[in-house]
Amino acid sequence: MADKTSEIKQSFMAELSTVNEISELEAIKVKYLGKNGLITELMKDMKSLTPEEKKSFGQAVNVLKNEVSEIIGEKTEELKTRAILEEINKMQDFDISTPANTERGSYHPITLVQRQCETIFKSMGFTVEEYSEVVTDYECFESLNIPKHHPARDMQDTYYLENGQLLKSQTSAAQNAIYKKYKDNLINNGVPIKAIFPGRCFRNEATDACHENTFFQMEGVMVDKNISISNLIFFMKTMLSEVFQKDIKVRLRPGFFPFVEPGFELDISCLICGGEGCPSCKHSGWLELCPCGMIHPEVLKAGEIDPEEYTGFAFGLGLTRLAMMKYGVKDIRDLNSGNLKSLSQFTDDE
Amino acid sequence: MFLSMNWISDFVDLSGLDKVKLINQFSLSTAEVENDIFFKGIDLKNIVVAEIKEVNDHPESKKLHLLKVDAGDGGLTDVVCGAPNVRVGMKTAFAKVGAKIGEIDITPRDLAGFTSYGMCCSEKELGISDSHEGIMEITDDVPNGTDLKEIYSIDDIIFEVDNKSLTNRPDLWSHYGIAREFAALAGRPLKALETADLMKYASLPSIDMKIEDPLCQRYSCLQVKNITRKVSPVNMRIRLYYCGMRAINFLADLTNYLMLEMGQPMHAFDSRKIEKIRIKRFDKPFTFKTLDGIDRDIDENTLMICNDNTPVAIAGIMGGLDSEIVDDTTCLTLESATFDAVSIRKSTVRLAHRTDASMRYEKCLDPELTVPAIARFVKLMQDFDCGAEVISSLTDEYAFHYDTVNLEFNKDFINRYTGIEISNETIVKTLTALGFGVENKVDDFKVQVPSWRATKDVTIKADIVEEITRIYGYDNFDINTALAPLYPVRAGIEKSVEDKIKDILVKRYSMHELHSYIWQYYDEYKNLGIEIEDNIKLVNATNPNIETIRKSIIPTQLCQIKTNTSAFSDMAVFEVGRIVDGLKADGLCDEKKKLAITVYSKTKSCEEIYFALRDILSVIADDIKHKELSFVKTEAVHSYKHPKNLNKIFCDGVELGEIGVVHPVVSKKIDKKANIVFAEIDINTFANLTNDSISYAEPSKFPEIDIDVTFVSDTFAPIREAVNEENSPLIKGLKLSDTYFDENGKSITVKILFSHPERTLTKDEVMVNVDSIIARLEKKNIFLKK
Repeated sequence: MADKTSEIKQSFMAELSTVNEISELEAIKVKYLGKNGLITELMKDMKSLTPEEKKSFGQAVNVLKNEVSEIIGEKTEELKTRAILEEINKMQDFDISTPANTERGSYHPITLVQRQCETIFKSMGFTVEEYSEVVTDYECFESLNIPKHHPARDMQDTYYLENGQLLKSQTSAAQNAIYKKYKDNLINNGVPIKAIFPGRCFRNEATDACHENTFFQMEGVMVDKNISISNLIFFMKTMLSEVFQKDIKVRLRPGFFPFVEPGFELDISCLICGGEGCPSCKHSGWLELCPCGMIHPEVLKAGEIDPEEYTGFAFGLGLTRLAMMKYGVKDIRDLNSGNLKSLSQFTDDE
Repeated sequence: MFLSMNWISDFVDLSGLDKVKLINQFSLSTAEVENDIFFKGIDLKNIVVAEIKEVNDHPESKKLHLLKVDAGDGGLTDVVCGAPNVRVGMKTAFAKVGAKIGEIDITPRDLAGFTSYGMCCSEKELGISDSHEGIMEITDDVPNGTDLKEIYSIDDIIFEVDNKSLTNRPDLWSHYGIAREFAALAGRPLKALETADLMKYASLPSIDMKIEDPLCQRYSCLQVKNITRKVSPVNMRIRLYYCGMRAINFLADLTNYLMLEMGQPMHAFDSRKIEKIRIKRFDKPFTFKTLDGIDRDIDENTLMICNDNTPVAIAGIMGGLDSEIVDDTTCLTLESATFDAVSIRKSTVRLAHRTDASMRYEKCLDPELTVPAIARFVKLMQDFDCGAEVISSLTDEYAFHYDTVNLEFNKDFINRYTGIEISNETIVKTLTALGFGVENKVDDFKVQVPSWRATKDVTIKADIVEEITRIYGYDNFDINTALAPLYPVRAGIEKSVEDKIKDILVKRYSMHELHSYIWQYYDEYKNLGIEIEDNIKLVNATNPNIETIRKSIIPTQLCQIKTNTSAFSDMAVFEVGRIVDGLKADGLCDEKKKLAITVYSKTKSCEEIYFALRDILSVIADDIKHKELSFVKTEAVHSYKHPKNLNKIFCDGVELGEIGVVHPVVSKKIDKKANIVFAEIDINTFANLTNDSISYAEPSKFPEIDIDVTFVSDTFAPIREAVNEENSPLIKGLKLSDTYFDENGKSITVKILFSHPERTLTKDEVMVNVDSIIARLEKKNIFLKK
């Protein structure tokens, strides 16, 4: 019987030496150690043996069985290691130097600048308002203390529609609706009106690199019991410093706009030279940026707010101009061109 | 408008003050001053009065003369001069050796063989006029050798104020008005204008004059004769020239001078042509030749100055050629009047002719100004032409008076408005300096607005705040944040939905946001074969190609796609913009905010990009509202839309918009090989749908069972419907596995997912539902694939 075990071992070792794949090893494992495997079969032959023989033969078969199991285990590890090595060797070197595919979308630059402004004002508790592009004469002029035949109507070349409505020439056209929307809350609950309104405006004029008939502004108003010129200057300076992310110097000059009194032109220290004087500020050190002022009492009245009790400030920031300054866009017409070579450059800019 | 510092200094003593600093202060307190300030005369040095004592012809040059001039330094100086007007005895401006004219230093210089020790100068060379025909002729009796700057106001500081920043300030269209501002800024007194006493002519005959039209507010006139002086005094000419006006003759210069000094336009008629002054409009249009020789069409709204029934001037704009002062005029009628500002403005627009006079009238001139202007005119006239004589009494009709404006306020009002503390003394001092009458008792103020500010400019208390603060100086303000109660701020849903959609499209789907115009572009649409959609029109578009407002963003977007086809093989663009969908019942525009998306591809099939777009819209609905979209086939109304695969988009039963394919005719004009699909939805309708909250379901710990079933069906919709109707709590989902075509038509394989929260399901259990779904579909003539 001992011959038999050594015979099996020899044949196992011979077969094992030809194994290269895990699957072949699995087959051998079944052939020798499986339910009907050669070694398992040996055990079945033991019935005919004497108890002494049984004992020694049984031990011999067990030794064989353990030995074979161990060898198979080792071989399995060896084959696995070899397979991993092969896989590692098989992998190509990636050429990381190839150009990256950065296909991604883009926001319109106005959207980016508008969002930056909105974020700043929201953080100061301002609401962001929506308003239409087609408005009535009342909204754009009458309610803003610009009666018929007022020269201010000539200053703004307004597009009129067949039904007497017009394309709004200024975001101030939303003021009246904003006052009416929030006045009850102001009067009854003492909640100050703090609102900004970014929107598109239209002027009937010839276009060139610096002039467009379609552009964006952002109106801002704040109304409460004691809003002052001092507050206005503070807010403008703070807001513009946030927009440009540096400390901006501002100065006010008297400016005439029928819907504010006093009205101002606000200049900021030149962003290029910081106030020293350079070609882009025509050597004055200042850039004219946005009209603002204390809301005219007639405008508050039209919004059903008592100007004897409440005061407020309003400003109109040129978003289009801001976007052009911020990104160095030289031709204003690019903004509505739909030209992706230009417009696809504006990714997120928070 | 150009302003002369010398002229201003006639009315306020600014000596010892930094003029440039004052000008900057004026810019910050009153009206914007242009950047360039001109220092006149700064480049002139050592120019003296010299008399020509000898004139000899140059032996070789016809043009040049050899002069001997007396420059007041004891001897005679040799000068070579090319001017044609040299003659013995003439006095001229002479630049001596060592003088400076602009960049030129005068040195002894050889000219055609002779040495010239200096240069005789023309007025243009001196920078005091455009005259360059000859050297300056000095007629004033001054000793030779006198420095020119001692007798003439050549040194001056000239600055320019932007006319636009003066639109609300009629009083600032004059040196006197500007001087008042400087006086207030410098804290120095404003001098009164020197005028003639017109009362002494009261006994002279008056002029036959009558205002027959309410558009004339005041008409003052006076007759004068024997103005013999032709050339204006040098200083007057220099001032006019520095302020941008050409000297013409003494009379014309004087009216211009008065206008620049006091802001009151004046006009002189030949008295023979205007014996019966009538101010009126005519019933019928006619043509009228103005003094510049142009025939102008006058309509029935234009106010005219007439000699009885013959028009002689367009009121406030320009005189007529026929009544102009001519060589044999001996007697002239001087007009100083005020007209309705709106009427003048409208007339200038109609005539397309703006003049220095009309610009001032448009601003609402103070009618109080007409008589002092005549009194000032007479004073200057008599100063410079002693023979001139007044031959009528002042004739004045004052038809329209502005109301006197009185305002009352208290200190608290000023404090509240400014947010700072300005003392009562400062308030009184500032307002008084600006010409306001002020009464101050403790903290109460009563203010009377001066007539020159009361025509429209200062009407309310807030205007007073401006007067006080602008002179106080905004740079001097303490700035403070506002103290206000704190309340939560709710963002509008429409704005936040718009922002989210933009983020999804840009960040997740790599789309590009564009903007486009609100009107339809006829030319560009035509190039693509897109019809203009009939809609409300602009009535005054300067460009007729843009007169119709858009009803949809898509056609414009297709035009924008077209401009990019050479650079991009695939692109997806979107715009959130506004359109007008005709008129509402109340006659107002039905404006809507739309999201428009166009997807263009040369690498993908139409079906691929169509479904991709459908999925994007579905993601938006799911992500923002947790809702599903549904689609209903519709017919193309507009010719740019492909008749097939046009679907209306619904959400919660509400129609949102359309998804479709671009018509091949249009598509091929954009690019022969590209596929183009589009969708447009009403973004505010979508934003205002209720937001289904997230309904969280604990995932089952037990395995799911999925059953594949194949039906012969053209569409997926009835299958989904049947599954929904089955309404079994075990059904967790329905997926499309496959679609294919064979001899039986289209077959659809779906996978129905089942699970139970507390146990493992058996196949038999779920087959009950499956069989029931099959039965439901059979009723709709949809059968299992055999």
